[in-house]
Amino acid sequence: MAKCNKCEQKAVYSNQGLVLCKEHFLDYFETKIEKTIKKYNLFSPSDQVCIAASGGKDSLAALYTTMQFCKEHSISFFALAIDEGIGGYRDHTLDDLRNFCQAYEIPLHIVSFKEQYGATLDQIRDKALATLNKKPCTVCGIFRRTSLNRTARALGATKLVTGHNLDDEAQSLLMNQLLGNMSHNASLGPITGLSANDKFVPRVKPLYFILEKETRLFAFLKKFKVEFNECPNINLSFRMQVRDQLNEMENKLPGAKHGMVNAFLEILPLLKKHYQEKKTEFSYCLECGDACSGKVCNACRLEEELELKD
Amino acid sequence: MKVYIEKEKKQLDLAAKTGADLLEKLKINPATVLLVKNKEIILPDEALQDSDEIQILSVISGG
Ligand code: SF4
Ligand SMILES: [Zn+2]
Ligand SMILES: [Zn+2]
Repeated sequence: MAKCNKCEQKAVYSNQGLVLCKEHFLDYFETKIEKTIKKYNLFSPSDQVCIAASGGKDSLAALYTTMQFCKEHSISFFALAIDEGIGGYRDHTLDDLRNFCQAYEIPLHIVSFKEQYGATLDQIRDKALATLNKKPCTVCGIFRRTSLNRTARALGATKLVTGHNLDDEAQSLLMNQLLGNMSHNASLGPITGLSANDKFVPRVKPLYFILEKETRLFAFLKKFKVEFNECPNINLSFRMQVRDQLNEMENKLPGAKHGMVNAFLEILPLLKKHYQEKKTEFSYCLECGDACSGKVCNACRLEEELELKD
Repeated sequence: MKVYIEKEKKQLDLAAKTGADLLEKLKINPATVLLVKNKEIILPDEALQDSDEIQILSVISGG
């Protein structure tokens, strides 16, 4: 039986020589997040923090740890969930989220695709695939990002916290690399959109250096109620393939995900500089007024293409 | 021993010497799961017995 590096207790965690018991793992996890928040200045005392949550384990861990930090530093915060309308999936995770927010007395707002775009994801997924050749995750991602930003802004938020972890970041990097979308990498990193414009709420990722596996362990040890739940659309996603490949790599070369993300952070300032210089002036969407790079934002274009507008 | 695989919501009866041995038999990548023995987290090198109840929890998120 393996024992903790720091005490004689039974180990629950082992990664690249670091072996920890329950107590020391929880401490390691929370300290790592606090260090990320401080190192990248994710929050300032005057912030109004909006925490994007879905009810999955990552979002509950982000919610819990951000709540701790905000309480300690007297920063005001609330949770925001987007109900995409995915039957048999999101309804369950939202139940978990409601219970969690009730237990910890966290103010929770929920907005739905139905009310914002006039249809649930279930209702538009087939049409998007058939007529636009767009996968459900593409549609879901565009609408969700837009809804989060619009609603957070409307509720007065100055920062938007997401539960993105090291696995998500490594996946995004590899996906962008494989698809040749280098410019998309410039908007990754622990904090983005700081200098963008007044229509965009900057996004921060406190779990940036946390492995998905660590989040699951944290949720288990903290006894968060998280049932394994998989979106029925995930099998169609490119991300899932990249995720599985990365996990194969990680198994053969422990530390691969950390290595990728750390190497990326070294060149991120250069990438940002490069793409900022190239970028033309910000414009505002003619339909909704959001920040965008063309005449109409991605969400409004998608609404039009799907004939959702009345 | 009784083995429950969370991702597949499947219950199996299997024999294995250690957690790592069990994952190998099931062809499950250790980077994607946590092992629980009799409701407690264990590391893959831990020895297993026939009377143990094992859960294999998925760490990957669902979208
Ligand atoms: S898997 Fe795709 S469709 Fe499902 S919630 Fe995630 S992004 Fe949306
Ligand atoms: Zn210890
Ligand atoms: Zn728009």
